[in-house]
Amino acid sequence: MDYFIELFFSGLTRGSIYALIALGYTMVYGIIGLINFAHGEIYMIGAFTALIVSTVLSIFGFPLPAIIILTLLASAIWAAAYGYTVEKIAYQPLRNAPRLSPLISAIGMSMFLQNYVLLAQTPDFLPFPALIPDFDFMEPYAATIGSSDLVILVTTAVVMLLLTWLIKFTRTGKAMRATAQDRKMAMLVGINVDNVISITFIIGSALAAIGGLLIAAHIGQINFYIGFIAGIKAFTAAVLGGIGSIPGAVLGSFILGLTEAFATGYVSSDYEDVFAFSLLVLILIFRPAGLLGKATIEKV
Amino acid sequence: MKMHHKLLTMIAAAALTAGMAAGAMAADTIKIGVAGAHSGDLASYGLPTVKAAELVVKDINAKGGINGAKLELLVEDDVCKPEVATNTATKLVSQGVNVVIGHICSGATKAALPIYRDAGIIVMSPSATDSSLTQSGDYPNFYRTIAPNDAQARTEVDFALNTLKVKTIAIIHDKGDYGKGFAEDAKKFIEQSGKAKVVLFEGITPGAVDYSAVVQKIKRSGAEAVIFGGYHPEASKIVTQMRKKRMTTIFLSDDGVKDDTFIKVAGKYAEGVYATGPADVSSNPLTKEYHDKYQQAYGSEPGAFFDNAIAASLALTNALAKAGSTDEAAIANVLHTEDVATPFGSIRFDSKGDAIGIGFVVYQVKDGQYVQIQ
Amino acid sequence: MISLKDIQKGLLVSLWFVFLTFPLLVIKVNPIERVITWRWFNMLWIALGSFSCYLAVKAYKARQLSRQKRIKQGVIKERTAWSGRILKEPGIYIPFLIAVGLFALVFPWIFSTYQTNIMVTALMYIVLGLGLNIVVGVAGLLDLGYVAFYAVGAYSYALLNLHFGLGFWTVLPIGGLLAASFGILLGFPVLRLRGDYLAIVTLGFGEIIRLILENWNDFSQGPSGIANIPRPGLFGMHLSLDQSITYLYYLVIGMVLFTIFVVNRLQNSRIGRAWFALREDEIACQAMGIDKTRTKLTAFALGATWAGMVGVFFAAKTTFVNPASFTFLESAIILCIVVLGGMGSIIGVILAALILILLPEYLRAFSDYRMLAFGAVLVTMMIFRPQGLIANVRRIYTIPEE
Repeated sequence: MDYFIELFFSGLTRGSIYALIALGYTMVYGIIGLINFAHGEIYMIGAFTALIVSTVLSIFGFPLPAIIILTLLASAIWAAAYGYTVEKIAYQPLRNAPRLSPLISAIGMSMFLQNYVLLAQTPDFLPFPALIPDFDFMEPYAATIGSSDLVILVTTAVVMLLLTWLIKFTRTGKAMRATAQDRKMAMLVGINVDNVISITFIIGSALAAIGGLLIAAHIGQINFYIGFIAGIKAFTAAVLGGIGSIPGAVLGSFILGLTEAFATGYVSSDYEDVFAFSLLVLILIFRPAGLLGKATIEKV
Repeated sequence: MKMHHKLLTMIAAAALTAGMAAGAMAADTIKIGVAGAHSGDLASYGLPTVKAAELVVKDINAKGGINGAKLELLVEDDVCKPEVATNTATKLVSQGVNVVIGHICSGATKAALPIYRDAGIIVMSPSATDSSLTQSGDYPNFYRTIAPNDAQARTEVDFALNTLKVKTIAIIHDKGDYGKGFAEDAKKFIEQSGKAKVVLFEGITPGAVDYSAVVQKIKRSGAEAVIFGGYHPEASKIVTQMRKKRMTTIFLSDDGVKDDTFIKVAGKYAEGVYATGPADVSSNPLTKEYHDKYQQAYGSEPGAFFDNAIAASLALTNALAKAGSTDEAAIANVLHTEDVATPFGSIRFDSKGDAIGIGFVVYQVKDGQYVQIQ
Repeated sequence: MISLKDIQKGLLVSLWFVFLTFPLLVIKVNPIERVITWRWFNMLWIALGSFSCYLAVKAYKARQLSRQKRIKQGVIKERTAWSGRILKEPGIYIPFLIAVGLFALVFPWIFSTYQTNIMVTALMYIVLGLGLNIVVGVAGLLDLGYVAFYAVGAYSYALLNLHFGLGFWTVLPIGGLLAASFGILLGFPVLRLRGDYLAIVTLGFGEIIRLILENWNDFSQGPSGIANIPRPGLFGMHLSLDQSITYLYYLVIGMVLFTIFVVNRLQNSRIGRAWFALREDEIACQAMGIDKTRTKLTAFALGATWAGMVGVFFAAKTTFVNPASFTFLESAIILCIVVLGGMGSIIGVILAALILILLPEYLRAFSDYRMLAFGAVLVTMMIFRPQGLIANVRRIYTIPEE
């Protein structure tokens, strides 16, 4: 039973990270119907910015709490800036192009950003500073769940609540939902759709950056390539839950995280990714709209 | 059809004579190819070899070359990809190289070797560790100045079984060429010895967001020791997660982990980790000499496989000088029979092409440093 | 053409990019040694670069706009693309074709073995590009796991040769068929999906194939790969390296011609027109009574066949296969060829494959920037020239009046 619980927490940690990234995918898809392939790279850029800022601050001798807050802010701000710029450059001009065009543009952007970081920084793995301290009160449970796991779970929960509030109860949230439902109609009632799309990218990117920061602090190392696998997994999670649906993305992420943890624990980690992708294929065959997605009938 | 045959042989003969003429003309320089990853994400493994070859060649040319012939380096990038390596090898062969230092990765080396073999060119790698490269007997033209994977696995397993006396071992690898090969050899040796049991044999995905599930699995398997095959980024992640879960399981790993970066990254969690690596050669005068030269020229410490590359450059140039020609058989004869002084001490090559005198020893991290313990 | 306002805006844009790239391009930290390197010069380059890029784009757009205006006013006529004009004039393209053909024929005798070898690689990518073109360009199905079929082909030659000693010529059709059956196997469940789901599932499939090859040692010898795969033989003659590369060159040339022939015939066939129709409008297609799933499946399977056959060539050329050659990057490069060349355009794909494979080979000094440039090419092409270098000239069918 202990083993089961341990694996369960391991799956939850993974799931939380996937969720933070998957939200960005699902929000963007909900609003402009585009798979933002570059989203995984935004997550990676968030982690890199965090690494750079926190190292610089710690060399300058800032105290740990200040480093944590400033790093979090910096990585969210810069990731958001990258998300915004990527949208303006690579997607906005293609808003009325055939479906395939923005998708290919997104793949190009993803390759570009990956290699940009490789060239601007380094191809090697860099150690990430230990921003999350080991809490004393967690000591008795250390064998089951670590301090960083706890921080990840709590942060994810808080972020989810904030996001739900934002979408349900604010004007911006309302505008986002309206745009997602019907872009043309939203324009007609006076919503600045371009702004809404930008805001969506900004929020999604900031969330991914928080995910990047958390996972980097948890696992302790990053390189330019971490965004690719994490991005694909998170996308899988978003599709699993029903792309476009925010609770769906969270649900899908946890299912995916738990599946991977249990598959590793009870079967073999050799085929960890194979399980993840097979799950995706199965879901799409039997429930193409995902778990919580609504099947839409295309009307002409 | 017969016409076609004739035409082809004729043209081939013409090409062959042309090739020979080129060989004769180039006798006043000896061309040494240097192939490996020089760009992309694996460049840091390949570039030190280029620098090493440059330093050695510069010295020899300053002394007037080999038997009056100047040495010329032809540096070619293969980005560690097999399909690119065949292009690289073809390019070097068509430029008329006499010997090659390289390639860096085992996969690329395997792809390139048949091309050199057919052209009668001797290849010496500073870093390709795949056991089958020398042991399959497929590549008589191949030599290396690094010990093969199985020798390393043997050292590691013997240490675990005889010195640490562990009875249950978990083997984890990174699914890569190097890591998995090492892990399989280790598994084979443990099972052959009958002294211990392999309780877990699994691959992890490099770059995954979290390894805690695998770590839990190691814990449940009840292994007294973990043998990890792979490189230091993954090793430090696993060790860190194990120690954070308060596991005291012994951690043993390979040359890919015997890197100071590992200790710096894993910090206090690295303490007590065992890793195999080439014997410490820093006190050898040749090692010092070339490290100093590197320091002077580039102002930093040389990188991965630098010593091995110096050894390969010295062994090859020595063989070229003693053989007095660029003929494959003559060079091979010198490599097999005569000792040459390298950063690893005096070495020569056995009949399969592995260096005699380059082996592995076990290190342990003590107070933030690798200390040789065997 | 460029007003003061544009310059002002350009300055703002460059300021934004300086801010954007500040942490990644200017600061470089070494967290182990705890040193910071400040690279202020990069800031200057970025500022200059983004400023001039912005103005260039502005100027380009302004020119486009004024052209369109003048076309509307009837001052100038709409220009057909130069490529289109060449293709319409038999007087130009027939001598051109003959010249290219002759050049291709004598290529291995003029250039060194190395050049020929590189050319073989480029030609293989032409075939891959043409194969993917059927799937992406013609039928409009975004396949991001194309490399999986390539791997199937390569491994079928490697394994069948290893275990049963089958030769190149026997395996060539087998490799194609195996890849096609994998295509059908994957296609059946996923082709019902919308375009973007299809993309991600094929990407996952590509990864699954690679992971299986990596993990299933008893089957594929794992990451250490399979070595000593024979090159294609010529009537049992022993060929030297130069000869066998030359021989391979002609084989691949034959393969390219065969592919062009088949693809060309297919595009003008009933099924080909169904593919084009499917790409343009799925719903209208269904309404016209085209079996959507079957049409997609044929495109998918045919594309896979070509990848499988080139895979066999790949194994024969490298004489060594391991899973590291079949990563997502490879799929991305092939996709890049199709997009740059122009979706559905045969000549475009050929040109793009030559550019994208040969150029980096001769510009080794810039090899670090290769993938960066590929990414940038995909984005820029989509924005400024979505039809590709050489747009596909669609056949015009005229119905004679009674």
